[in-house]
Amino acid sequence: MSALSGLTIAAQDSATMLGREVKHTLRFPLLLVSTILSPVVLLLLFVYILGGPIGHGLGNAARGAPYVDFLVPGILMMTVAAGCGPMAINVHTDMAGRFVDRIRAMAVTRGALLTGHVGGSVLRTLVATTVVTVVALLVGFRPKASVADWFAVVGIVAPFSFALAWLSAALGLVAKSVAGANGSTLPFQFLLPFVSSTFVPAASMPAGVRWFAAHQPFTPVVDSLRALLTGAPLGTTAYLALAWCAAIALVAYLWAQAAFRRT
Amino acid sequence: MDVLTNHATRTAVSVTGLRKAYGEKVVLDGVDLTIGEGEVFALLGPNGAGKTTIVRILSTLIPADAGTATVMGYDLQRDDGAVRGVIGVTGQFSAVDDLLTGEENLLLMGRLLHLPANGRRARAFELLERFDLVEAARQTPATYSAGMKRRLDLAMTLMGRPRLIFLDEPTTGLDPRSRHTMWQIIRDLVGEGVTILLTTQYLEEPDHLADRIAVLDHGRIVAEGTTEELKRRIPGAHFRLRFADAASLDQAARELREGTRDDDDLVLRVPNEGGIRSLRNVLARLGDDVAVEDLSIHTPDLDDVFFAVTGDKSKATTQ
Repeated sequence: MSALSGLTIAAQDSATMLGREVKHTLRFPLLLVSTILSPVVLLLLFVYILGGPIGHGLGNAARGAPYVDFLVPGILMMTVAAGCGPMAINVHTDMAGRFVDRIRAMAVTRGALLTGHVGGSVLRTLVATTVVTVVALLVGFRPKASVADWFAVVGIVAPFSFALAWLSAALGLVAKSVAGANGSTLPFQFLLPFVSSTFVPAASMPAGVRWFAAHQPFTPVVDSLRALLTGAPLGTTAYLALAWCAAIALVAYLWAQAAFRRT
Repeated sequence: MDVLTNHATRTAVSVTGLRKAYGEKVVLDGVDLTIGEGEVFALLGPNGAGKTTIVRILSTLIPADAGTATVMGYDLQRDDGAVRGVIGVTGQFSAVDDLLTGEENLLLMGRLLHLPANGRRARAFELLERFDLVEAARQTPATYSAGMKRRLDLAMTLMGRPRLIFLDEPTTGLDPRSRHTMWQIIRDLVGEGVTILLTTQYLEEPDHLADRIAVLDHGRIVAEGTTEELKRRIPGAHFRLRFADAASLDQAARELREGTRDDDDLVLRVPNEGGIRSLRNVLARLGDDVAVEDLSIHTPDLDDVFFAVTGDKSKATTQ
């Protein structure tokens, strides 16, 4: 087999597994619905209940715009992070079943199963972020992004989703149970987003937390999305965000492949 | 151990000195096997004997600790990719995708086997018809019976027309009717020239299906041969005569000295030397005077095989 035809077959097998994931999602949409529902609930909570005093307290950081415009980029990032749970659960469930043994005893490209899961997760995230964006527009979000900016937003969301999907795949592979698979993604779904500039600027936090918030990957991601959507200057933060995505994806990919071989 | 020397056919599976241990627990303790092409070979043994471990090693799912194996001419270690291309595996636990319909499961296999689109549709339909799954084709396996799930599982294995199929306890957990259906399916496969390695806990299964049997116990092959050869070595076949009272039992025991008596149950067990003639002989020697309450014919079962080849090996081999 030449390297090229090997690569074609690998791509074909991955596409087949991606098709399987899409069918799974369509047949069992609950996990997709939940990844949409939880950011929407947060959005409504912060816009209608907590947003008033927070927006007031932000003062300059919100640049005079309503708090919802500051909030929505953060909610979009949380939508991406919300995909971690279903991804880890799906991978864990798949590996615990017998179907994977069948695949392993066939002449199927080794990594295709995980690649299909990751592709499926990225697609689900793109659907979820689109739905959440529409809801955000309905509750008063007024972005100042150009068409090019929107493409750039996708250019941040997709790699970030890709990186988190590989991370979740690894977490799902090493988990001992479904609950464990979901639980191990919670820091990425909630803790890291909260301790970043998702809801309030990092600058407003106490010193120690501020340092952490300023240097963890979620902050450049949300800062980039916020700059693009509110028309603020982007600076180099997008490069930092993409570098983080690449680093997370690489490490998580290697971890997931090693874990896949072991199980 | 019987060695197949009279076959001119090619070898499908050749295994030498296969070993596998998990920590301190030795699962396979030096297994040698040779299976000819087109043969049905049964691995018989109780739970934990190592049957599934052999199947998992030969189907490239787990590595062996020691030993060599070739499968359809490919070295298991060096050429595992090629091995995967010619084998099919169906285990006792269904390996179907529960979220896809029966038809989608088959088509998924077709895609993974890189069959052309029209080829995989045709093959899927052919298998759905053959395994009586046409009506259930658009339903997910959640609605299937155990027998249907097993048939779908096997149909998925057959999508790629494997030349060697591992059937790991294919009828465990099935009702008698589904079991017979599965046996017929296996016979049909044999008719197509497919080589089959079957594992089972039931002696009747290789009896119906297999050319040769190897009995596996604690990770070792303790007996091997054709069904007939193996059965001859099993002393378990006997007639069970039950009497109305102790006096009748005494009288019968005097006439049939080869029998073993059980005074509590008023039962005499007389070895079955084979067939009707043996039965007629036993009854003739009893005569008309002894009142037999009940007569049953006991055929050897797995317990007897195990007694014969493990519990009392020296006696079994001298018979």
